[in-house]
Order: sequence, then structure tokens, then C-alpha cells
Amino acid sequence: MAIMKLTRRKFLIAGGLVGGGLAVAYALGDSVPDNKALVSSAKQGEYPLNAWIKISKQGEITVAVSQAEMGQGIYTALCMLVAEELEVDLALVKPEPAPVHPVYANVVAIMDSLPFSDGHHNGEATAGAWAMKQVGGLLGVQATGGSTSVRNFWEPMQQAGATAREMLKQAAAINWNVRADECIAENGIIKLKNGSKSSTYGDLVEQAALLEAPQNIQLKSVNARKIIGKSQQRVDIPAKVTGKAEFGVDVVLPDMAYAAVKLSPVFGGTVTDWDENAIKTMPGFIKAVRFETGVAVIADSFWRAKKAVEALPVTFDSGTNVHLSSKSIFALFENNIESDDGRSYSDDGDAKAALLLASDVHTATYKAPFLAHACMEPMNCTAKVGDNDVEVWVPNQTSTLMSWIAEQTADVPAENVTIHNTFLGGGFGRRLETDYVVMAITIAKELKNRPVKLVWTRENDIQHDMYRPAALAKFSAAINESGMVSAWHNRVAGPSVTRSFVQRLIPAADTDMPDNTTSEGAADIPYQFENKLMEHFPSPTAIPVGYWRSVGHSYNAFFTESFMDELAWTAKKDPVEFRMAHLGEHDDFKNVLRKLAEVSNWGSPLPAGRGRGIALHESFGSIVGQVVEVTIGPNKELSVDKVTCVVDCGEVLNPDGLISQMESGIIFGLSAALFGEITIENGQVVEENFPDYDMVRLENCPEISVHLAPSGRPLGGAGEPATPPIAPALTNAIFAATKERIRELPLSKSEYSI
Amino acid sequence: MLTLTINGKTMNVDAEEDTPLLWVIRDTVNLTGTKFGCGVAACGACTVHLNGEAVRSCSVPVSEAVGSNITTIEGISDGKLTAVQEAWISEQVPQCGYCQSGMIMAVSALLNENPKPSDEEIDQSITNICRCGSYPRIRKAIHKAVKLQGEA
Repeated sequence: MAIMKLTRRKFLIAGGLVGGGLAVAYALGDSVPDNKALVSSAKQGEYPLNAWIKISKQGEITVAVSQAEMGQGIYTALCMLVAEELEVDLALVKPEPAPVHPVYANVVAIMDSLPFSDGHHNGEATAGAWAMKQVGGLLGVQATGGSTSVRNFWEPMQQAGATAREMLKQAAAINWNVRADECIAENGIIKLKNGSKSSTYGDLVEQAALLEAPQNIQLKSVNARKIIGKSQQRVDIPAKVTGKAEFGVDVVLPDMAYAAVKLSPVFGGTVTDWDENAIKTMPGFIKAVRFETGVAVIADSFWRAKKAVEALPVTFDSGTNVHLSSKSIFALFENNIESDDGRSYSDDGDAKAALLLASDVHTATYKAPFLAHACMEPMNCTAKVGDNDVEVWVPNQTSTLMSWIAEQTADVPAENVTIHNTFLGGGFGRRLETDYVVMAITIAKELKNRPVKLVWTRENDIQHDMYRPAALAKFSAAINESGMVSAWHNRVAGPSVTRSFVQRLIPAADTDMPDNTTSEGAADIPYQFENKLMEHFPSPTAIPVGYWRSVGHSYNAFFTESFMDELAWTAKKDPVEFRMAHLGEHDDFKNVLRKLAEVSNWGSPLPAGRGRGIALHESFGSIVGQVVEVTIGPNKELSVDKVTCVVDCGEVLNPDGLISQMESGIIFGLSAALFGEITIENGQVVEENFPDYDMVRLENCPEISVHLAPSGRPLGGAGEPATPPIAPALTNAIFAATKERIRELPLSKSEYSI
Repeated sequence: MLTLTINGKTMNVDAEEDTPLLWVIRDTVNLTGTKFGCGVAACGACTVHLNGEAVRSCSVPVSEAVGSNITTIEGISDGKLTAVQEAWISEQVPQCGYCQSGMIMAVSALLNENPKPSDEEIDQSITNICRCGSYPRIRKAIHKAVKLQGEA
């Protein structure tokens, strides 16, 4: 495998990445970036007006979308913003993947993930965030992650649409010898206000493209909006019901070959011997390739490549991780958590002293397992390596990183790298990783000038992921005579995603530094406690860990919202009232909680064997509260009957899109809570495929109702915030029904059957 | 050489008899709407019809499909969308969309056999995996398709 060279540019990126961020920045300036980024992609008769919008003489409008469409509906969201300002129907706007260019970088992703940022409380106001924005502007990384796409691009896309609209007006004004403000834009036409003259956008675009972009453009007033804030049909759906949508794995190129791999089952293992001659006569065989961690066969079809690589005799040296197991990893966490090496992420008052003085200390230990992403579309990448160039087709969440990796692996000049983005059959953080791209290019180098499509099997995918970290939490808390939490001490042990991610990218980097993905959802909880301490005990292992939908929130919400529930029951308080009493001045959280109690009929009686549980959690700038209703049978037969969800993500761009993301996040988290566990034995993953890494299906999917409660908060994300609260809401419901407290996921471990 | 009939077209394909039908459809015939998800008939992303019946093509050897009418997602509509596809759009079902070809094929076969399935029958029949969690909308869309078919 190629190792990235430490050039200055790439080292700066490591600096940017250490905060847990994935992306750096959009070149923020006072005006919309010009059309240079799009000039090369414009076809005959098509004119780019700025970095985002091309219009053809026939009036076809194309929007360059820098964000990966992985199901979250970003093509629709960003096109809505453009269509609104451009005064055209959404149906007339066609999205296309943006080229790799710094103007498309995502600044919110990095700002959200800084080790020194304070999440939602200060956000952009911190000096660190400001500095990162400036550094980021010089680097410009395109990335989709951290539920940031709408937050980052809302204003730039509106500005892009408005700028284009004004340029078209100017072109018409010149033709008609009037002032631009005497012209209006309406349904793809520029008209003179008195209605005497009109021209279509297509008629005007050639002239408009030659004009200088105007400055200080007025965006439409909120009252004048026709598209923003109203549910829209997704622009990508028609192609997704006919099989025409092209995912990475669907790329078909002339003379394309296919590759399948066999990888060291043990993490860190290497190939020591192979017998490529044994398979050379198999049907369709083209070439066998040996690399450090595995072998590949290139053949004339994927199936033939897979059969041949399975038959290929390989000997692996398992290396030093062969004794690693889930058990030994949790023993490491147990050991580390008792050390003095905790890194404090939140420290109010003196929790340790208060607990020493308390007469009654409530304690609990929680565990969460490693999890795989299991995107429906298995990892794949198609690469064609020429004499001095490389072309890559890859469903990915960060095309900038992919282009740097391609440059390094193929060893070609940066300007000779082409990355083609496709639809993603799921991302969830997995497609921020570059492993399968490095692998595809390494294999394709052996077959110069011929495209090779590498496809991983589901077994490759489950066993060679970058996993959601396993984690362990130990809580101690005291409750005073008024039933309020007087001291809260939360210790969490587990590996750091950022450390693992940066080490993969730049092995030489020093990664022993704070990582707020380890504390998010634990240090920044909204509850006001007189004494509060949250510490993380770094516990790196040889298991690679990565960004998994909602990252640290995914386990920290389970820990904190379960323990909060325990304390409510201990204090003999209603779980909603108990939370409300600890929310201090957080009116937005209270608003969500109040609404949730109302729409879920909280407090209304349930028959025996049924229970209702609640969780409230903020992540990625959005507050989500959920109530789960369960029915438990006499032999622990669990039915998740209903989920009621309330979300406050600030202003809502596409209400139905937001609802679908809430449903999606809930079911994603529910699959994990019910079934999700990656088990390590002998240094390798035990699970192989969906039969032993199961998912929620139609039959066990609860009824879900989503309610929007926008309070006027700043914009929050939508893709991830529904995932964290579902596990604790579910286990809190099980407690309400059975008085059994679940402190370890998944539920199958506690002998519940679904 | 094996002779197959896919979406009404007869063709000869070069493949070993034990090659799963999925890979012939995708790599040999280049009909990429049918997806690879697990290879062990667990997820249903590869669902196609053999003589109208839903099968998971990753686990059907191509030799077993010889002589049958094979229908893929590309072959279910003649220019006009089917009721199931219409319902999928009106209920805004797909997110990433990767599993939806298989879902639509499974649901289409179900409704051909049972034009008004109950929720229990839907649960038993549609066991495909959607990682984006479009299930609540899938259920609504199935009921919508039943209605649309009834109106047709």
C-alpha cells in the first residue's frame, strides 16, 4: 500500500483533521466564487454563470452539487436553494456532481469538530473556529459528513442563485436599454416590469456569462419564498425507481476488468506466501496481484475474479494482534478507566469532592460494542491508471481526499487525476475512508490503461471496516434532598476515531491529542448539575475505528440518557419532569421536551407488559427527543411498537426531507440497539454478513411519527441527530415495562428476542 | 454458451453454469439496476422475477434460469411507470436508493400474486433490507400501489 508523502499541503491537512474534522473550508469571501471551476465541465451551448450554476441556450439549468448524495437528499436541498433565488421551478433544475475544486469545500464540518470548540454553545464564535476557517480557506476540502451540508451551503447556494438571476437581468437590461432594476425574473424568464418585453434565461445566458458578477445582492425576503420551507419531491427519486440511478458499483467502461480480493483476516496481518500459478488457468483469469495486506485477482467478470481469489493459495502472517478479543479490549477499558490518565472535557464545580461527601452515591457501568457501517452498496472503486495519469470512479464522501490519495498511489501529477463522483449506496461515514480507493488503484496499476473495477464482497465489508468504537462508561452521581442531581461524574474509555483516522492518512502524525468525538454527547449535555465532571480515558487498540453515523453521540447518548433515566427513577420522579427540572435556561430543549410529552401522550396509562421511555439529545446542532413504546412478552419477546420523535434543527429547508432523515436515523440506531455487534476473537471479526449482523426489516420496524418544533435556533443538521436518542429511549421503555435496566448493547445480549 | 430470456430479449451468454444469475445480469448483460448486496440471499437487493416469481438472483445459478422469463427492474415498465413505481415516487420512498430495485421487484411480485395483502402478509413477504430505513414509507407505498392498481 502506498503511504502518503508528507508534503506541506498534506501536513496542514493533518492539522485540520486533528479536531475530529473531516473537511476544511469553503473559501469564504464577500462574493460568490466565479465560474472558473465549472468552465471545463460545461458542454457546448452551456454557460457557467458562477461556480455552481450552468444554463444552456435551451434554458436547461444545471447545479453543481459538491456534496455526496448518499440518501440524505442533498441534491434536492441544494437545488431548492438555487431554484428559489433563480425564480425557477425545482423540476427545471438538474443537479450534477461538482468537480474537485477548493471553492466547494465544507467549512462547517471542521468547525463543528474542533477539540477546542464548545459544540453548539459557542460554535463559530470561538477563536479556534475562526482560525480554522481561515486556514481551511487556503486548503479547501470537499467532504460530506457531520450533518453539515445544508448548514454550510444554505447561504452560498442562495447567493449563487441570486447572482445568476441578477446577471440575467443585467443582460436583458443592456439589450433593452433599461436599468436592471426595471427587470424582473419569473419562471425562467426576464421581463420588463411593464410587461412589454421578455426573454428566456436561455436567450440571455451567453451574454450574461460575459458580465462581471454583481456584489451585495439582496436575497429574497422570507415572505417571498416559494420553495424554501415547503416539502418538495426529491429530484433523485425518479431515477431510483427505474434502476437507472448509477452508483459506483454500476460503472461500466469499455474493456473493463473486474477485481476481487482476499484480505488478512487478522488486523495488521500480512501476506507471506502465495501460489499464483495455481489459478492461472481458471476461466476469465487476467492477473493476480499481491499487496501487503492481501491478494487480488483481476478477471473478465466479478464472479470469475471472486472464484479465482477464493481458490488462490495464500499464507498470512497474523502479526501481533492475534490474541486480541472483545473481552481483552473491554478489560483494557476497565483498566484504563481506573487510571489517572483521564482527559477532562467538562468540569463544573468539584464533582469528585461532592461525591466523597455524599451519603448515597448511585453508580452504573455501561458498554457499547464495535459496529460496522454495512452500507447497502459494498465498497467498490473503479480505477484506470495510465502512463502518467489516473482516472477514478468512486462513490465517496470526500472527493478532495480521494484525489490526493489517487495522486499519491498512482504516483502521477495532481493535475492528471480525475475523480468521478457517483450516487452512494449509503455512506454513514464509511465512505470518508480511502482504503478501498488505494486498493483499487494499486490493483489497476498492474493493468495499465485498462479500467479495473474492484468490488468487495459483503464479507470483506463487514470484516474490514473502520468500526464505530466500542466504549465503556462508569457513572457516579448523587441526588440531593430536593431530588436534584448534585454531582455527576462520567468516565468513558474507548478508542479515538480522529486518532485512528489521522494515523491511517498520515502514519507519522502525532495523534495523542484531545478528540471531541470521544466526549460529544457526554461533556456537552444540556442538564445543569452543580458539580459535573466528564473525563475520557484514551484506549487505542489495533481495531481501526471510524466515523459512524453520529460518531461519539451514538454511544454517549445511550450512556448519558440511560443514566439520567436511572437517576429519575432513583429520585422517584417522572423521567420527563426530572429532565425538565435540570434544563436550567435551555428553553429550546424544554420546548422539545414539552412538545414530545404532549404528542406522545406521555403519562397516559399503558396495559401491563407495555412501557414508554424517553430520551432527549442534541447533536450536530439539532435537538431531538424521542419516546419509544414497547410491548414485552413473558419470554422477553420484544416488540418496538411506536416511536414519537420531535426535532428542532432551526429553520427547516425541506420538511419532508427532514422527516425522512429522522425516520432513517431512528431505524439506523434501532438496528444497532437491537442486533448490532462486531465481535473480535483472535484478532479478527467474527461476524461475516447480514445473517449474523442483522438489521431491522419491515416486520420489526415500529410506527414512527415525526414532529417539527423549530424554535428559531441556528441551523442544525438532519442526517445524524435522530440516531443517538433511539437506543436510550428504547432501553428506558424496557425499564418502564419490566424494571430491567439494560446497560449493555445490543439487546440480543440481554436475551430479548425481536 | 447459455441462452437466456431477459426482459423479453433472448441472448446467449458466456458463463459457467454455477455463476449466480445476478452476475450474468450485471456484468455480462450490463443491466446494472439489479444490485449486489450480500451474495447470500439475505438482503434482497438482487431480487428479479423468474416467470413472475421473485427470486434472489445472487443465489440462483444461471443454469436454473435457462428457459425462464427473467425480468429485471429495467423490464417491468414499458415506458410508463407501474403502480408500484408511481407509489414509490408519491410516497417519496427512496433515500440512497440502492435497495429499491430489489424492493420494487419483491413488492411487484407480491401484488401480482396477492393484489390486496394485509400488513402481516406484507411483513412475511417483503424481507428485504433497507439500510436507510425507508420501511415506514415502503409500507405506505405498498398500500398506495394497491389503491392505484384498483383504480386502473
